[in-house]
Formats: sequence, C-alpha cells, structure tokens
Amino acid sequence: MTTLQESAPSKPLRQPVFGIGTIAVVAGLIAAFAVPVLADDYWLSSIIIPMVIMGLAGIGLNLLMGYTGLVSIGSAAFMSIGAFSTYNLLLRAPFLPLPVVLILAGLIAAIAGVIFGLPALRIKGFYLSASTLGAQFFFEWLFTNFSWFSNDSQSLTISAPRLQILDYDLQSATGRYYLVIATTALLIALAFAIVKSRVGREWMAIRDMDVAASVIGIRVAHRKLLSFGISSFFLGIAGALWAFGYLGTADAHAFNLDKSFQILFIVIIGGVATIFGNFLGAAFIVLTPILLDRLSLVIDLSFLGDQGALANLQHIIFGTIIIVLLIKEPDGLSSLIKRGVAALRPQARSSG
Amino acid sequence: MSLFTKAMSLATAAMAVTLMSSASFAEDGSGQQLYPLFTYRTGPYAPSFIPFGAGNIDYLRYINEVEGGVDGVKILVQECETAYTIERGIECYERYKNGYNGALTAAIYPHSSGLDVALTDKARIDKIPIVSPGGGQNIATDGRVFPYQYPLVFDYWSEAQIIVDYIAQQAGGYDKLKGLKIATLYHDSGYGRDTIEPLGILAKKYGFEDIQIPVPHPGEQQQTQWQQIRRANADWVFLRGWGVMTPVAIKTAARVGFPADRIIGDIWSGSEDDARPAGAAAKGYLAVSVFPPGTDYGILKTLKKDILDKGESDLKDNSKFGTVYYNYGVIEAITFVEALRTGHKKFGNRPLTAAEGQWALENLDIDQKRIAELGAEGLISPLKTSIDNHKGETIAAKIIQWNGQSWDTRTDWIKADASLFADVIKAKAAAYAKEKGIQPRVATN
Repeated sequence: MTTLQESAPSKPLRQPVFGIGTIAVVAGLIAAFAVPVLADDYWLSSIIIPMVIMGLAGIGLNLLMGYTGLVSIGSAAFMSIGAFSTYNLLLRAPFLPLPVVLILAGLIAAIAGVIFGLPALRIKGFYLSASTLGAQFFFEWLFTNFSWFSNDSQSLTISAPRLQILDYDLQSATGRYYLVIATTALLIALAFAIVKSRVGREWMAIRDMDVAASVIGIRVAHRKLLSFGISSFFLGIAGALWAFGYLGTADAHAFNLDKSFQILFIVIIGGVATIFGNFLGAAFIVLTPILLDRLSLVIDLSFLGDQGALANLQHIIFGTIIIVLLIKEPDGLSSLIKRGVAALRPQARSSG
Repeated sequence: MSLFTKAMSLATAAMAVTLMSSASFAEDGSGQQLYPLFTYRTGPYAPSFIPFGAGNIDYLRYINEVEGGVDGVKILVQECETAYTIERGIECYERYKNGYNGALTAAIYPHSSGLDVALTDKARIDKIPIVSPGGGQNIATDGRVFPYQYPLVFDYWSEAQIIVDYIAQQAGGYDKLKGLKIATLYHDSGYGRDTIEPLGILAKKYGFEDIQIPVPHPGEQQQTQWQQIRRANADWVFLRGWGVMTPVAIKTAARVGFPADRIIGDIWSGSEDDARPAGAAAKGYLAVSVFPPGTDYGILKTLKKDILDKGESDLKDNSKFGTVYYNYGVIEAITFVEALRTGHKKFGNRPLTAAEGQWALENLDIDQKRIAELGAEGLISPLKTSIDNHKGETIAAKIIQWNGQSWDTRTDWIKADASLFADVIKAKAAAYAKEKGIQPRVATN
C-alpha cells in the first residue's frame, strides 16, 4: 500500500518553491467557482455534481480503508443516514440553517459509524467487512420499514423541503453545484488536516502494523473508532449531497449495496491512501459508462446487430478497463497521473 | 513514458473528444420531434424491457415509415440506456431535456417509477412533462399541484377498486362481499404498500375482512405467508408482486393447496414471464390487465403486416409479439403520438416544444371513436385528461386468466369509480404542495 510519502525524485523540486501548494489550492478554488460559467446544465447536473459527490464519499471510505486499513462495504448505509437525517432535520427543525443541518447529519452518521465500528476492535479484514455489511442491510431495512423517516410519504421517498442558505435558493443546477463544491472544498481541507495530523499518522501506524502501534503507545481501539466516526461523518454529508444536491429525491434503495461497492471501486481505482485520487476514481466510475454510451452516437456500431448487444458490450468494456487498470496500475489512477507528470518533466527524470 | 501511460493518455484524450463533439457528428434533427427512449437493455429488468421497448419502437417506426410521421412530422427516436438506475436515468434526462440536434423534446417517458419520482423537482424547474403510463405517482393526478407529471392510464388505488368489483361480480353482488376474506400479499416496498390504505377504506365500505401480508424483497421464500393465508381461511388473494415474487407465490400457493383461480395478480404480476415460470401451478391464475395481451387487435395486425413481416421489428424473438409487455409498449407509443396530434391541432403541424407538449398532454381526449380509428378497440380504454386530472377521467382494467400457455381475457373493461378516492388524493396533493411551498395552479380553460 502506498503511504503519503512523496516519491524521491520529485521531493527536491518541491522544496525550493515553497507555496506552490497554496497557489495550486487558490487556483483550484477559483477554477471550481468559475465552472458554472463554462459548463451548461447538462455538465453540471449529470457529470460534475455526481463526480464531486462520489469523490467526497471516496474520501470518506479512504480515511477508513486507505489510512487506517479497515475494510468497509457499508459506506452507502452511512450515506443514507446522512441523507435521511438531513431530510428530517430540515423538516422537523425548520429554524436550523442548511450548513448546521449538514454538520448535524454528518455527526449522526458518525455516531452510527462508531457503533458499527465497535466490532473492529476485535475482528479484522474480511470478517470486519461482514459487520459493515450488516450496517448496509440494517439501514436499508430501517428506512424502508419505518415510514416515519420519510414523513409517512406513500412512496417512502425523501426530497428536500427547502434548499437555501440565507434566502438564496439553491434549487437550480448552479445553486446545487455551489452547495456541493463549497462543502466538498471544506471537507477536503479537513481531510488533509486530519491525515497530516497526529491522528492521521497514528492511523497509518495502525494500518501498517497495529501490534507495533500499540507497543509505541498509540491507543489503537480509540483511533480505530475515531476513524470509523470521521469516515462516516464524510460519508453522511456526501449522502445528504447525493440525495438533495444531485438526485433531488431519494429512497433507501438509492443507497444500496451497489453504491457501497461503487465507493469501494472509487477508492481502489483512484488510489488507496490518497485524497485527490478519489476524484479520479469517481470520474472514472461516473464518466466511463456515459462515455461508452455516447460513443455509440459517434461511431456507427450497427454491425453489432442490435442495441441490446451494444448496451451489454459497454459493461464488458467497462469491466475490461478496470481489470487492465488494476493489473497495470495497482496503486490507482493517482499514481499513474503522478508518473505521467513526472515523465513530462525532463528535470525530474534527470534528478532521479 | 511507458507504453501503458501513453495508451492511457491517448484513450483519455479520445474520450474527451467524444464527449465534447458527439453532437456534431450526429444526423440533423431539425424539423423532427424527439422521442428520447429510456432503455434498460441491461440489468435485472432487461427481460421485460426488450419486448416493451420493441412495442414502442415498432409503433413509432410504423408511424414514421407507413404513415409518413405524425401529421407529417417525423419522430426521431434516440435511445439512452439507464440500466434501470436512477443516476443513469438523470443523465439521460439532462442529455435530452432540451432536445437533440434540432429535434425538439415535447415530453419524457422515464420508464421507471423511481426515476419518475426523482425527476419531480427537476421537471418542475425545467418545465418538462414527465409521462409514466401505468407507473406514475398517484398524487400527481392533481395537475394543479403537479403541472409536469402525467401518471397516465392507471394507479394502484383504482386497481384495488377493480379487484373488489371483480370479486363482487363473482360473489353475485356487493352485498355478498360482507364476511368475505380478501388477503393482500404485497411486495414490501412503497409500491407494495400503496394498496393498504384504499383496501382499508373499501373494507369498511363493503364489510369484507381485509388481511394485509408483506413479503420482503425479493420474495424467494413465502412459506410462512401462505400458511398464514391458509390459516386465516382467505377467500381471495390479491397478489401485488414484483419480479421473482410472483412465480414463487403461485408455486407456494399450490403447495399449501390454495387454488390458483382465487389469486388475482397485480398489473406487474400479470405478464407471461410472471405466470410461465410457475409451470402447471399457474393454470387458472388471474391477473389485472391494463395492457391486454393478444394479436387480434387491428393495430397489432397492421404492425405484423407492415413491420414484423417485413423484418423491420425491433424484436429478435418474434414470439414476444403481442405479449403483455410488447402491447404495453405499443399503448405507450400511442399515448405519445396522440398527444402530438392533440398539440398539432392547436399549434400547427410541426415539432412541439415542452410547453406545447405539456398543454397537449393536459388536453388529451382519446375517445371510443378515436380508439376505433386507431384500430385499438379492446387494447385501450378511453383516456381524457385535464388540468385537474393528469391520469385520465376513467380508469379501467380487464381481468385475464392464464390457461397454461397464454392469457385469456375473462372480462371486458371494469371501470373504477373515480369519485371514491378523489378527495383523499386531492388532500394528499395539497399536503405535498404545503410541504414544498407550491402554489397550486388554477384551471383557466
């Protein structure tokens, strides 16, 4: 597994230009806020927004899986807690402003994460995934069977009663985009702060060898639970954004096992123990099926016989790309990009 | 740079170009009406889509090639695969909501109840009509609150009424319902629970005993439920199944000795693929049918002559011709084409915009005379919409029976009494409007 350590060649390059990171962050933020000027509704609503939210969910799982080394296949369950909490808080406590509601929803998801993380103190690896799988099924059942959570709606679906900050309506594609991108930017900053902090380093110590970590005085149990809590906090907010910033209306099945696996693939494809890699993974998962579908508009594929064969072929190609990618680039897209950038810079090669 | 890195960068570049430029390569659609066909040719529900999509495509092909378009306006069919997921569905909606290469979008048929619900807010903002024949949201019947939702043709509350009417017919009158036991075995989901409330009201009205039994998704095990039905000594079972739940129910019923001809399936439990897997146990099994199967209708004969026999059908397996799902596709395409004709009368014979499509869908009037002209007698029942009623004024269904090989039609159209639940539905829509802060429209014309 990769650690946060940069590879040797690029390190000497970085040090002299201190602040390049800050410049990149500022440039990134400006670019992010300028996106709606360039992109139309289609790009915003169906490509950029889901990509960013899934990337955020990837960060949530990556904190747990990549940094602490605990496998979870119940990520979508924590997303659903965030979504249903947001809905109920907005509905039942109308005096709360949206940002507060989002944070509270994240905290509720975090509590659930800690509870379902308890088995992690005793069990590891595949056995642990069974416990998180339990969370997956439990919450889907809970939100389907108790209609209180969806305000007794006939179709058991939830949709945001109001989406506004300081009277500014966020229903439009641009409004939803700003909500999503601002929340995500803050959470990325938080994620960086955490992984660079003592907590983050202790997580990695636990991941690399938990016995050794406990010998040097790290409170393993506490840190593992904290990891579950923080991971679920991120996932909870991602879930709320998914339901109201993207889908508009959702039910418990929008957060099914498939979604959990998608998040797992985002982490694996994007790169374990990375932050921005999650967005690459999310781009891959969200964009590839759409691109393959669009390809059929450009290239005449009628020789394949019929649309059905074509639709199935897309799945085959998608699967093949994933397999090839994982064989050729087990560290994920982020490491591929890093090497690509390094290859484009001749100095980097000579210095290494 | 390694070969792999190079290949990846090339592929990325190629994909980016594809995404940016796909529109410019495609054929020019100006002067045509877009029909974005939301498909699910992959995924667990693909077997029902394949004949359903073919019914749709075949009818539109017939309109385009034999009739020369709808009043001369050609329909451009653009497929978009959703795999029956909401995310892919939203992408398809965003891709086609503003038309495609000059062809205008007048309405979108999402082909999924979940997607229909998910698009509610977006469609209201974008002002795009969302049409779901047989699978829409019942509260959206109130078009004053839901200007852009069209749950055409059918709803489960009317279905509950039709079931009770049929049972009353069999028992010899509504007064004979008193003391009867009607068990509803439902898929435990929003869809399945939708009939609990109307059956409760009907039970109170007619005095039958209402037994509600849930089956958890997907419903591969139903021994306990059927034993419960047996113990309760139910006279009839209303089977509100979905997918594998239906054949399992029919087989389990046979095992516990409950007669198949006392089980009435929901419209989604009433296709060939629901009954056939249950084998001999399904003989005599009844179902509600809004999309009657069969090939004896005028329009089906025309499609066979002009499309199927000429090898132009979208079907790969011609035995699916005239099945429940194929005919459902034809009926759906008829609603689209008739809406266009309605719009053409007001706005002229040209492609309609979404706003014009909305007006047309709200002023549909497919009466008995028009049905005869369409060659669809027996296939569809009259459909008349208004601002107050986006579903259609009269909701009707037939009861069909499985003979071991195919479906036989048992009854003519049974009409649901629309007045019975109208107030309850209106009240629900009003509550929704309040929660969402929507000001209901006032009917002006």
